[in-house]
Amino acid sequence: MDIDRDLLLLMLRRMWMIRNFELKVMEVHSAGEFAGGAHPYIGEEAVAVGACAALEDTDYIAGNHRSHGHPIAKGGRVDKAMAELYGRTDGYCKGKGGSMHLADYSIGILGESGILGSSVPVAVGAALAASIKGEKFVSLAFFGDGASNQGALHESMNLASVWSLPIIFICENNQYAVTTSYAETVAVEHVSDRASAYNMPGILVDGQDAIAMYEATAAAVSRARAGDGPSLIEGLTYRFEEHSLGLGRVRRGEYRTQEEIDTWRKRDPLDILEQNIIAQGVATREECDDINAETAEEVEKATEFARNSPFPEPSDLFDDMWADPIAFP
Amino acid sequence: MAQTVFIEAINQAIIEEMRRDENVFMMGEDIRRSVYGATANLLSEFGEKRVLDTPLSENGFFGAAIGASLVGMRPIVETLTSFMWVGMDQLISQAAKMRYMFGGQATLPVVYRASMFYGGGSAAHHSDRSYPMFMNMPGIKIIVPSNPADMKGLLKSAVRDNDPCIVFEDGTLAGMRGEVPENEDLPENELVVPFGQAQMVREGTDCTIVGVAGGVNIAASVSDQLAQEGISVEVIDPRTLVPLDKKMILSSVEKTGRLVITDPAHKVCSAASEIASIVAEEGFWSLQAPIQKVASEQVHIPYTPALEPHVYPDVEKVTAAVRRTLES
Repeated sequence: MDIDRDLLLLMLRRMWMIRNFELKVMEVHSAGEFAGGAHPYIGEEAVAVGACAALEDTDYIAGNHRSHGHPIAKGGRVDKAMAELYGRTDGYCKGKGGSMHLADYSIGILGESGILGSSVPVAVGAALAASIKGEKFVSLAFFGDGASNQGALHESMNLASVWSLPIIFICENNQYAVTTSYAETVAVEHVSDRASAYNMPGILVDGQDAIAMYEATAAAVSRARAGDGPSLIEGLTYRFEEHSLGLGRVRRGEYRTQEEIDTWRKRDPLDILEQNIIAQGVATREECDDINAETAEEVEKATEFARNSPFPEPSDLFDDMWADPIAFP
Repeated sequence: MAQTVFIEAINQAIIEEMRRDENVFMMGEDIRRSVYGATANLLSEFGEKRVLDTPLSENGFFGAAIGASLVGMRPIVETLTSFMWVGMDQLISQAAKMRYMFGGQATLPVVYRASMFYGGGSAAHHSDRSYPMFMNMPGIKIIVPSNPADMKGLLKSAVRDNDPCIVFEDGTLAGMRGEVPENEDLPENELVVPFGQAQMVREGTDCTIVGVAGGVNIAASVSDQLAQEGISVEVIDPRTLVPLDKKMILSSVEKTGRLVITDPAHKVCSAASEIASIVAEEGFWSLQAPIQKVASEQVHIPYTPALEPHVYPDVEKVTAAVRRTLES
């Protein structure tokens, strides 16, 4: 598949944006600049960016707890994302959601769920609306190998298949649900093997290769828009960092060997995409480095924006409870 | 005025709303063949796209209704209260919380119609009256109709409301006949009952009974019987528990000085508990006697007809409660 030059560069820019965003989050979190946890997406950038590159603004996505990458991949704003992590009024959710609940309804980001697997039926519902209304938008659900064991996933895949809905299920298989390994918890060799039980294509993709993720997703999106139903794509990937920031301080006992971590770090999705881009003559090494530097600068500005944004007032506590407000309770 | 059966009132509301707005659609188990009676004739009029029979996947299709509502649809989901446990994650983690959690970006005009089949020998797995559990969770509007006209008018309001609503349909009322006004006799040519406005079912001066869902009919019977003894009992039907018209309840207690609440839910942390606590906090100085809660016993619903009726509030228990308030 020939991929448009601009699209390749957009993918690289979004991957660097996620990487630099996450590096900054780790820095300011360890400096105690905001409360709560955060789950770095470093190492998995190619999955979200490759998948979302196949979507339009009018398409929908739903994410999970490790979900700073998904909105950035869909074209979301890093300043509003960072301000949300800081709990400020200019955050995506005015500080009500935080790290695990970014959303941007203006570009189809339906929101993320800290309850794993729980956002997947919601994504199915967006696809159901397309089917009922005869519209061409599609929906894309991100979930991990851990959530692939949730009943909600299986109910969702069955529903989507029997109703032939335009949805793409994207499993980000980073091989560990917190500390519990894939091999201990999943009865099949690949999550994508489960597609056959729901009569849909199941595609195993190198999740470190953004172009491979894009191509697989673009094919699934075409199929969905044509009315041919859902697909399950498994991006095999790896989380380079700890499950969540700060967890390393409390955790007792190892679950991954240093050798395994090092092996996967050698397959950095940014290196893989840059090598490809440079080999194709799409951009030079220098141009790739510029993209890295530009996104780091944008993240720096976003962090300043977040720091300078006001906290909500106590009087804002009850705002946005209801669309049609009620008197009591 | 036409005499209409409760279950027909549900059907009328659905059909009128589906005709009014093409974004309204129905989904649930066995609704195309209307196994519970409320979805009769929908398939023939609105077709398969808008009348969806679902697999047995409450978590899946409860969530799909949420997702569809987020992007402009107005789903009505038919289920039983007892099946809601299976889909609780979607109702709580998503329906109730999404709007607030996303800073007001999400709007979820989704309606769950939950039938409560208690009192008919269905045993513990099919007899739940679970609305108090949802009262404890902010973010869901809770509707408890007690007669066919309110059933129709409140369901129509629920479909038009922009927040998640659960309409608890009391199965003991399924065959109840009541007067439902014809649309052409109404000022706006349709019956729409607003949320948060209780109804005064009987006026009285000696004691107030607040009835919930099927409890309203019990309360009205008690009022009528005690009237023959010269005891004047006021009966209030809150009609919606979230929002709750506490004003009418408090002003009634101010007048009568006595409060009995009859609620078919389990007694502990029931709707009756909440209403009692509101009156204790805000209407204490009006009270001349301790508040009486007549709710279901804190035990599971037994199958046998020898035991089941002992669980629920009935006319006898409520009458005794009213007498206790008058003895004080």
